[in-house]
Amino acid sequence: MAPNPSDAATRPARDEALLGVLAPSLYADHVKVYPRAVRGYFRTIKWVVLAACLAIYYALPWLRWDRGPGAPDQALLLDMSGPRGYVFNLEIWPQEVYYITGLLILGALALFLATALFGRVWCGYACPQTVWTDLFLAVERWIEGDRNARIKRDAQPMNANKALRKGAKHALWLLISAATGGAWIMYFVDAPTVTRAIATGAASGATYFFFALFTLTTYGLAGWAREQVCTYMCPWPRIQAAMQDEHSLIVTYQGWRGETRGKHKAGDSWDGRGDCIDCRACVHVCPTGIDIRNGQQMECIGCSLCIDACDEMMDKVGRPQRLIDFVSLSNLENRAKAQPTALKLLRTRTALYAALLLAVAAVMLVALGLRSDIVFTAQQDRNPLHVVLSDGAIRNGYVVKVSNKTRAPMHLRLSAEGLDGADLFLAGEPGRHAALDLSIEPDEIAEYHVFLRAPRRTSGLTGLSLVLRDRSGRDVERLRTQFSMP
Amino acid sequence: MADKTPTKTAGTTETTGHEWDGIQELNNPLPKWWLYVFYATVIFAVIWSVLYPSVPFLRSHFTGLLGYTQRTEVARNLELAAGAQAVFRDRIRNLDVVAVRGDDELRRFAVAGGRVLFAENCAGCHQSGGVGTKGYPSLADDDWLWGGSLDDIERTIRYGIRSTHDETRVSQMPRFQADGILTAKEVEVVADHVLSLSGQKPANAQNAQQGAKLFADNCIACHGETGRGNRELGAPNLADKVWLYGGDRSAIVHTIAQSRNGVMPAWAGRLDDATIKMLAIYVHSLGGGE
Repeated sequence: MAPNPSDAATRPARDEALLGVLAPSLYADHVKVYPRAVRGYFRTIKWVVLAACLAIYYALPWLRWDRGPGAPDQALLLDMSGPRGYVFNLEIWPQEVYYITGLLILGALALFLATALFGRVWCGYACPQTVWTDLFLAVERWIEGDRNARIKRDAQPMNANKALRKGAKHALWLLISAATGGAWIMYFVDAPTVTRAIATGAASGATYFFFALFTLTTYGLAGWAREQVCTYMCPWPRIQAAMQDEHSLIVTYQGWRGETRGKHKAGDSWDGRGDCIDCRACVHVCPTGIDIRNGQQMECIGCSLCIDACDEMMDKVGRPQRLIDFVSLSNLENRAKAQPTALKLLRTRTALYAALLLAVAAVMLVALGLRSDIVFTAQQDRNPLHVVLSDGAIRNGYVVKVSNKTRAPMHLRLSAEGLDGADLFLAGEPGRHAALDLSIEPDEIAEYHVFLRAPRRTSGLTGLSLVLRDRSGRDVERLRTQFSMP
Repeated sequence: MADKTPTKTAGTTETTGHEWDGIQELNNPLPKWWLYVFYATVIFAVIWSVLYPSVPFLRSHFTGLLGYTQRTEVARNLELAAGAQAVFRDRIRNLDVVAVRGDDELRRFAVAGGRVLFAENCAGCHQSGGVGTKGYPSLADDDWLWGGSLDDIERTIRYGIRSTHDETRVSQMPRFQADGILTAKEVEVVADHVLSLSGQKPANAQNAQQGAKLFADNCIACHGETGRGNRELGAPNLADKVWLYGGDRSAIVHTIAQSRNGVMPAWAGRLDDATIKMLAIYVHSLGGGE
């Protein structure tokens, strides 16, 4: 309905209605989360996983691996300008990028399987966003104190102490971010070289750009965005529910045991009430700031820190641990009904994910096992398809490519089989040869324009094989192709 | 219509207060920082529009403060490419064509560049891949009128055949019938002999024998006794399977009676020295090079 401008008396009331009542805000203020420190079983696991992940990430580029002269000695290096991928004793060429595709598929299937079995363990323990947020929170806690101290200080006006602590925290965050961004670059360029270049100001503009980019994204995502990444940016929380069922282990509050919740004083009876003393310890330690007692939520990353927090409180008030537990929904129901519980790991879903995982792994292992150090291709010339020579013989041309994936020169002989009276020669080097000697430099693709000459017989296409043999006459590679006659 | 009173009753999620047939519209507010990111993209777009070409006018457009266009970008890239090629071209200019082919790097550059240059300058007559067609010789086979060595090929390209250049290669076959040297009957007799030279069956075996005498009197000075031609004179080999103007009887009769005078232009002056050498190396690599 169109507003009536003459109706001045009712306008303020109508505006208020439009702004505040009829149109509730579509945008929410960011509520800062102040996770409290916690100790316990799951926190210990989380520290161990965090230390392991960070150690691998920062140290791996520095691991050396001798590949002989002329090749980089970094164990893991994706050299984009090479372009070669060095993975220990494996050297991947760009056309073999399917190994990386295979690894990504394996990773996705492993994620599906882990999620079906144990819920969001990836999110809670191993995801880089979680690992670095955890690390940054530890720094924040170390410099600014625990939850209550931080809330109190944030509410204060700026003062010397606050400025000093905030400044120190951000400086340390930026330092960690720089180390993280720097380490990322080292997976693509030689670690000692690039470190020296960055330090002495001799690195390229591109290097500094990516160094700054990864430093700032680390600082922004782990320092500022934190749980916002999981809740609003990451698609995985929205997808992962499809991998779970009632037998998947999840972090959940056992309402049947906890309710009716309420404050409890020492000496009070536990009769007629639940074990939950409504202390909100589970809420205070949560890195995403949710209340696990509201049931399964998209924001929950399954880190289990609320279990540790609750266990501590249950110990204090003398009630059994695991009011919040890492348990499947099906067993939660069984417990509520006092029925026997069973951990059901083998299900159609998990069996399927595991089978797929094994199948892909097997395919990749076979592909790796059958990987040849030579790639041999021959493409028949299209224009001209065939040339009639002065003695009436027919000549066809082929672009032959031989890739030498090793670090030693290859000496091979190329011959044609299955075509009577055929001889070969290389473009620009006329002659009649039964076989051609080819030398392929290490780590190179050699390209030859090979001409094949044969007496004219039937018209149309004749099949033949191009054969590469080594010096001892052993077949190395064999290729079916065709010879065209007018 | 909907009840417009907002509530927070649907679970713990705020509603907009809209309800249709018992279905409530929930409100999950977007975080404000997300909205600010959107504003940032708007600001980015404005800055971009000022710096780069953006607003169309009727006959032109706003060019942006940086003066960027993709045309100048292409022109600069072409200049860079030409600069990179200049190094190779200078080296090619200073070497003779055999020495250029002997240098592995220069040979690869010449063959790769020659392919493009051939398509631009030569393929119009000699066809792509140098396969040739009637009247325009195949450069891919092993039959050469003036020789298939690198030097021969380079000279042919540089000075042409029956061209206007002083150094041009010239050969002239008489128009035997048109100039009254042979009668129409005699031309057919010679043609039958020529057919037999390349192992083809003449239409008239008797003609072929009579033709040998006429051939010896009129043709062997250039084409040789066995008809194998002479590259010094540019006289084609009549004893092979390759025919520039066709190898059947009527084509041969026409050639003897009227002669053929194909022309290839001299490329010296049109193409620079390095380009001619690159083309010679490319043509030599097509399969027939000697």
